[in-house]
Amino acid sequence: MSDLTELYQEVILDHSQRPRNFGPVPGANRSARGDNPLCGDKLDLTLAVRDGVVERAGFEGSGCAISVASASLMTEAVAGRPVAEAEALFERFHRLVAGEEGATRSDGGGDGAESSPDDPAVAKLAVFEGVRRYPIRVKCATLPWHTLRAALRSADEEVTTE
Amino acid sequence: MAQPLSRPLPRTPPAPAFDVERVRRDFPVLTPGLFEPRLAYLDSAASAQKPRAVIDAVSDFYSASYSNVHRGIHPIAARADAAYEGARATVARWLGAPRPRDVVFVRGTTEAINLVARSFLRPGLAEGDEVLVTELEHHANVVPWQIVCEEAGARLVAAPIDDRGALLVEELERRIGPRTRMIAVAHVSNALGTVVPVAEVCRIARERGVPVLVDGAQAVPHGPVDVAALGCDFYAISGHKMFGPTGIGALWARGEHLEAMPPFQGGGGMIRSVAFEGTEYAPPPARFEAGTPHVAGAVGLAAAVEYLEGLDPGGAMAAAAAHEESLLAEATARLAEIPGLRVVGTAPEKVGVLSFVVDGVHPHDVGTVLAAEGVAVRAGHHCAQPLMDRLGLAATTRASFAFYNDRDDVDALVRGVVRAREIFGR
Repeated sequence: MSDLTELYQEVILDHSQRPRNFGPVPGANRSARGDNPLCGDKLDLTLAVRDGVVERAGFEGSGCAISVASASLMTEAVAGRPVAEAEALFERFHRLVAGEEGATRSDGGGDGAESSPDDPAVAKLAVFEGVRRYPIRVKCATLPWHTLRAALRSADEEVTTE
Repeated sequence: MAQPLSRPLPRTPPAPAFDVERVRRDFPVLTPGLFEPRLAYLDSAASAQKPRAVIDAVSDFYSASYSNVHRGIHPIAARADAAYEGARATVARWLGAPRPRDVVFVRGTTEAINLVARSFLRPGLAEGDEVLVTELEHHANVVPWQIVCEEAGARLVAAPIDDRGALLVEELERRIGPRTRMIAVAHVSNALGTVVPVAEVCRIARERGVPVLVDGAQAVPHGPVDVAALGCDFYAISGHKMFGPTGIGALWARGEHLEAMPPFQGGGGMIRSVAFEGTEYAPPPARFEAGTPHVAGAVGLAAAVEYLEGLDPGGAMAAAAAHEESLLAEATARLAEIPGLRVVGTAPEKVGVLSFVVDGVHPHDVGTVLAAEGVAVRAGHHCAQPLMDRLGLAATTRASFAFYNDRDDVDALVRGVVRAREIFGR
């Protein structure tokens, strides 16, 4: 089936097998735990937020390829970004993976998530567009982002996909 | 007469000819060409597909015999009554229950266990008492006990398994104490396929005067049982796992327990007389069937039993079981050859279930790749989180077999797992 390669794109495989920003962030002052009780995926996210800017993000945990790659790419995408922008990115990511077909461009040009094309870390998130064809996997992709939102608004707390 | 599951599965089962191609034609969902790619349904432990005989029985009942039961005086009500009570007798036959009136229709195994926890155990349960389960149990055979234990200040104790997933019966025996009020065990593990020696557990429990509930949800799809030979006090089953409708199941219980138990739910149909000063309850099984029961479901479940009885001349699924056993053995051997794949659950007696993990590929990703190949499996904790914790796993991929599976299904499974490893560069 050809659409499997649409789901498991090279970037996703790469980030799931060699996750970036794996481990707690030094000097972290925000954190949250995310878990998907249906599949046992667990994710601990830590953020260093200074002067309203997410300086660094890191995560630990275990999960499927989609959730680990999503967490890895997310930590890259939000680093250096003002909190408000990181929150906005959550919404855009959610629309990308769960929204209506055609709500974002899917021309393979890689500028999904309605991002500014000059931002490669954000542009990369378009690799998750294939997830929308697998409704039960959407939660895998969004778990790290829900956890991010909880961390940004923390107070430490645990979020679940349920 | 073939071996029912109350005894260990035979090493070399008698194998009358089993025509799987003919049997597959009995299942509309397995019609060739209905799915592309071809459906390899290896998720029967989650829920089994339905033969035409069951679908027709439910449809015919609604078309020609439907009415409420127990109350009507018109002729069609008599038909519905006869169908419902006939269904009870048929289900009793599959369970080896001598008296149909000891079979209570419920929604499924979960409700049956809740009924026993609530109506049998809870009234006498006191602080410091204990309920003994095993590490193999499905959540449905853990949580109902946990709820009544918390209410009463009682303790839930779990008997351990070994690393193969076999119950350590002597360890279970050691955990039976003077305060043990109930033992609840699965007949067959839904996550690993382990066949638990429940007759032995029941014998030990009886010596100590402790009642036993057997969760038979995963056993009855593979053959009839004999509750008398098992020596249990309660036996719980679900219709949908044994090729019958959803929303119907049965609880068999020793008559003396049912006689002594208070109702589980109150309502119509379960009373002898009602006054605002008090209500006199009906005798079992009506006492435990408040409200309009799932009559059509009971009829469908009985049709499933009759279908299973008709699979071979012995009426006990001997040929079907032998076919299933050979498929499970072949699938296990072929998967085990795949580098980096580990079969989870290697107890000496197994039926129907093949759980596994693949190095570097998460069970959900294995499941997604298999789905793309048309192979339906389950990935996750299989409603057995304590078992997954015991095994040190978050999840497994589970292929489960029924008699309608064939070698093409095994081929598709093996092909899909190999594909998953390729995609993930293993």
